[in-house]
Amino acid sequence: MSSDLRGLYQDVVVDHGRHPRNFRELEGATRTAEGVNLLCGDQLTLYVKLGDGQIEDIAFQGVGCAISQASASLMTTALKGKNQEEALALFGRVHAMLTEGPNGEVPPEELGKLAVLSGVWEFPMRVKCATLAWHTLRSALESESTGDRVSTE
Amino acid sequence: MTAVQASALVSGPGYVEATRNGSAGFDVEGVRRQFPILAEAPYAKPLVYLDSAATSQKPHAVIDAISGFYAKDNANVHRGVHYLSERATEAYEGARAKAQGFLNAAHTQEIVFTRGTTESINLVAQTYAKTHLGVDDEVLITAMEHHSNIVPWQMICTERGARLRVAPIDDAGELLLDELDALVGPRTKLVAVTHVSNVLGTINPIRRIVDIAHARGARVLVDGAQAAPHLNVDVAALGCDFYALSGHKMYGPTGIGVLYGRRELLEEMPPYQGGGDMIASVSFESTVYNKVPYKFEAGTPDLAGAVGLGAAIDFLDGLRHEALAAHEHDVLAYGIEALSEVPGLQLIGTARAKAGVISFLVDGVHPHDIGTILDREGIAVRTGHHCAQPLMSRLGVAATVRASLGCYNTRQDIDALVAGLNAVRETFR
Repeated sequence: MSSDLRGLYQDVVVDHGRHPRNFRELEGATRTAEGVNLLCGDQLTLYVKLGDGQIEDIAFQGVGCAISQASASLMTTALKGKNQEEALALFGRVHAMLTEGPNGEVPPEELGKLAVLSGVWEFPMRVKCATLAWHTLRSALESESTGDRVSTE
Repeated sequence: MTAVQASALVSGPGYVEATRNGSAGFDVEGVRRQFPILAEAPYAKPLVYLDSAATSQKPHAVIDAISGFYAKDNANVHRGVHYLSERATEAYEGARAKAQGFLNAAHTQEIVFTRGTTESINLVAQTYAKTHLGVDDEVLITAMEHHSNIVPWQMICTERGARLRVAPIDDAGELLLDELDALVGPRTKLVAVTHVSNVLGTINPIRRIVDIAHARGARVLVDGAQAAPHLNVDVAALGCDFYALSGHKMYGPTGIGVLYGRRELLEEMPPYQGGGDMIASVSFESTVYNKVPYKFEAGTPDLAGAVGLGAAIDFLDGLRHEALAAHEHDVLAYGIEALSEVPGLQLIGTARAKAGVISFLVDGVHPHDIGTILDREGIAVRTGHHCAQPLMSRLGVAATVRASLGCYNTRQDIDALVAGLNAVRETFR
């Protein structure tokens, strides 16, 4: 297997893709948003429970490829306990890592466990798989209501 | 008995006889040398192109015909009295005659050049259907149609207050003919059906569908986009009223396609678009439309595209249909057998009569991940819903991997695919 493929499908990505964490409906969610990738049919519903501006709990459900499932799973594990501003800042940094690559403004090593997604940058056709969960997060956090729908197309 | 062998049992007009003669009499290496792109090496791997159902690759003959037209013959058609305009008109009308021969149409006037299958279907929807559909009339399609044979009918049915009905398929991906038969009623004005499914490879029994429809006064449009590169299409034997195809799926260029229509139907249909070339005379008070097929070809057509399509038809004729069909069936049967043995692999679409397409799923691995890993092995497949979302819903899947075949594919390509799938299993073990 080529090294960039190994960079894309790191063990952690394959693991989270196969066994996504926080994969459930969240009782008492204060925000929900749906993300779809029209081109490939990926779909996810994100549930966020906000209290005093803090993400008390976060979960998701949906179908998609290993990259989209792993990205959503890793996102939920990274965000629990963060406040809204921190979460949106992280969105910006992950988005930069995925779209600008290692020469961008955010070195992957600063992103902790999320750095396992840095290999996606070398696969332009797959970037939107990884960004789907994050765009859905932004939609959920920036809207006052529930039930928003975003698309990465 | 394999799925492909069984297709011989249901052969008839428009069908390809399945054989086990393999590649005998078919010089696939010679064919491959005619396709310059096959020398490309993505990621320093030999290109294994298994996406011909999306678009086929182009032989030198087609590439040279297009460039030759621009280099030597280019002028507008049907207008000038000068030398080049005459040559261009001859080349363009020559391509029409080739398309007529390819489809075995009775008249060259029955061949309308369009941008492709999608435009051909939209043309019929916006002219024939528009003038024949009334409130509560029906258009019947099938559960295996491409979006391009669904949406144009939805649009016109909504506009006319007509209903769109859908004939079901079974789990193997075969049309349920009895159910289709029961759905064709006195209000059915048009049956629109694909000849070969772009997702399943199923070859539909067009002649029988035509007989059912005509017995009740309904017309039949056949989406031939996937059939034209594989089957011996004979509109006289099929008996259909309209047949749509795309040049780029049959080794020709993009941007050019054909609508075959029975002359008497084309003559009574209103024009599709207004403009130059589709008129006989124009005043500000009224316009007299040109005769068929020019009535449907407003504006300067894709002249080089038509010439390229003509070259593609010559190329296909040169392959000799029986030898090509035997070769393609050999690779298809080999592929179905080889993929069946890959652990965790499930074939999607196991109709008895199939052409050109193998769709599948691998247990626990999403099609897009498979597509990416195969890509890095130099293997081009299509993954996703293949512009057939209602069919995907019927099958209960979000996406499939589709390997589709052309005249240049070999058993070695299938071996490379199987090896690539082992790399997939290695990654996701």
